[in-house]
Amino acid sequence: MHLTREDEQIVKGELGAGRQAAMELLVAIGEAFDAPRMIPINRAHAASSGQEGDLYFVEILAKGGASCKVTTTTNPIVDFDYFQQIMNIAEEHDEASVAWKTKNYYKQIGAVMSQSCIPYLAENIPEYGEHVAFSESSATPYVNSVIGGLTNRESIQTALAAGVLGETPEYGMHLKENRKGTVRVKVEANLNDGYSYSLLGQYVGKKIASGIPVFTGILKRPRIDQYINLCAMLNVTGAIPMFHIPSVTVEARTEEEAFAGDIPTESITVTNRELRQTQDELQTATGPVSVVILGCPHYNLDQMAELAGLVRGKKVREGMTFWVNTSATTKLMADRAGHTNTIQESGVHLVVDTCIDMFCWNSLRDKTGMTDSPKCAYYRRFGPVKVGTMEECVAAGME
Amino acid sequence: MPEFVEVSIKCHKLARGFGEGEALVSKDPICFYLVEPKTGIVREKGHQLEGKSIAGKVLVFPTGKASSAVQMDGLVKLLINKNAPRALIVTDVEPVLLGSAVLTKIPLVDKLERNPFEAISSGDFVKVDADKGSIIVTKG
Repeated sequence: MHLTREDEQIVKGELGAGRQAAMELLVAIGEAFDAPRMIPINRAHAASSGQEGDLYFVEILAKGGASCKVTTTTNPIVDFDYFQQIMNIAEEHDEASVAWKTKNYYKQIGAVMSQSCIPYLAENIPEYGEHVAFSESSATPYVNSVIGGLTNRESIQTALAAGVLGETPEYGMHLKENRKGTVRVKVEANLNDGYSYSLLGQYVGKKIASGIPVFTGILKRPRIDQYINLCAMLNVTGAIPMFHIPSVTVEARTEEEAFAGDIPTESITVTNRELRQTQDELQTATGPVSVVILGCPHYNLDQMAELAGLVRGKKVREGMTFWVNTSATTKLMADRAGHTNTIQESGVHLVVDTCIDMFCWNSLRDKTGMTDSPKCAYYRRFGPVKVGTMEECVAAGME
Repeated sequence: MPEFVEVSIKCHKLARGFGEGEALVSKDPICFYLVEPKTGIVREKGHQLEGKSIAGKVLVFPTGKASSAVQMDGLVKLLINKNAPRALIVTDVEPVLLGSAVLTKIPLVDKLERNPFEAISSGDFVKVDADKGSIIVTKG
């Protein structure tokens, strides 16, 4: 792999131990994937999790004197100010202190504290054709497929290293020849709501595990929340950096273009039956639920509006807690639209900056929960779970 | 007749280092976050390795999977609890798993000159020398 003189200095540690660690990581990745060189980037998104693995590397960077060279946004961890009002954070001492330290190290190295898992909608938006390094399960395919930016499926650490160095190894999704479809997925199911796209992603990710699916049969442009759900689930059950929808997504005007002329003879077919089966497999609870969690990935403004419409005039049932997670930026717009008021008046906790996979939910561990997110169900911090549409979650949690 | 048959297989280094231990083979991709850090036991429902411990093992599996944030966290937690695998052998590498292996200093290799799912069985003793690009399998 060709390195510039400055890269070489960084590898030798002449520009600090933090940058050296970042470069060592990216060089290992570059060499493993036969990258000829590093390419400059102007933005990165580190899917900070606030857990041991995250702390491990950001601490090395911070203590080694590194700081972000380009705009580097961060994922939700936990809104300490909010949760310390409603729970005893000290009870979760170990996990809380790891999260706290992690957050501070990110601040110290100059990351943007967006604390959002949908940064590509507001805080950090790649351009078409721009090389970036975006981690986070929904972000990678969203940037590649919907926006037409170019990013590999990064880990927190590789994306953060790229943000610190302002460059990333040139391999994989940065090269046009690796962005063509590898498998055709014929969609014959009804995709009416955001949830059906979650089920589609869940099923296809599991079925193909890796590669670039080309979805045929999706004739209507998906809404943003539908894209987000599809993107997220493809990387919970599989490792899918990109997909194409011919005549819809930017790099696939036609099916032929999606496959770069190499159209496969076989396909996978997804009908309502597969989505129903997927739906059934997700359920690990029967009977009543006592907690509802929405907003994984973070709800966007459309979803906040939809939720506000569904809960208007209703109240959260007795003995039940009901939560919705969103980004601070989205909440600001929801405040102005009146959605925040409507949602909070119904007794729903509206939370920002927070991931569903955090210690702050540990008090729910014995409760039966419901969510509209198979991803939340997968990483949940509560007990048995039901998964359904936003409307079904509201019906279960409110009267 | 020798009591044990040793087989040497060439491979390609992804993350440097040397590790040895008993092989554990999984046809399912692995997410280390769905492994119990205190025991090393896979807790993912329906996984081929569900209920089995990966602590101190040389894992043979197709590839990593799951959300970008959690793979590294899973491995670091296993490392802290001294239940990490000793080496990783995959058929299809992805960057999330590779980055996690580099940072936790667990050797990771791919491109074995023989199909690892045929050449290695659970229970074999395996030495992985990523730097030399070689694996030695002693049939159990």
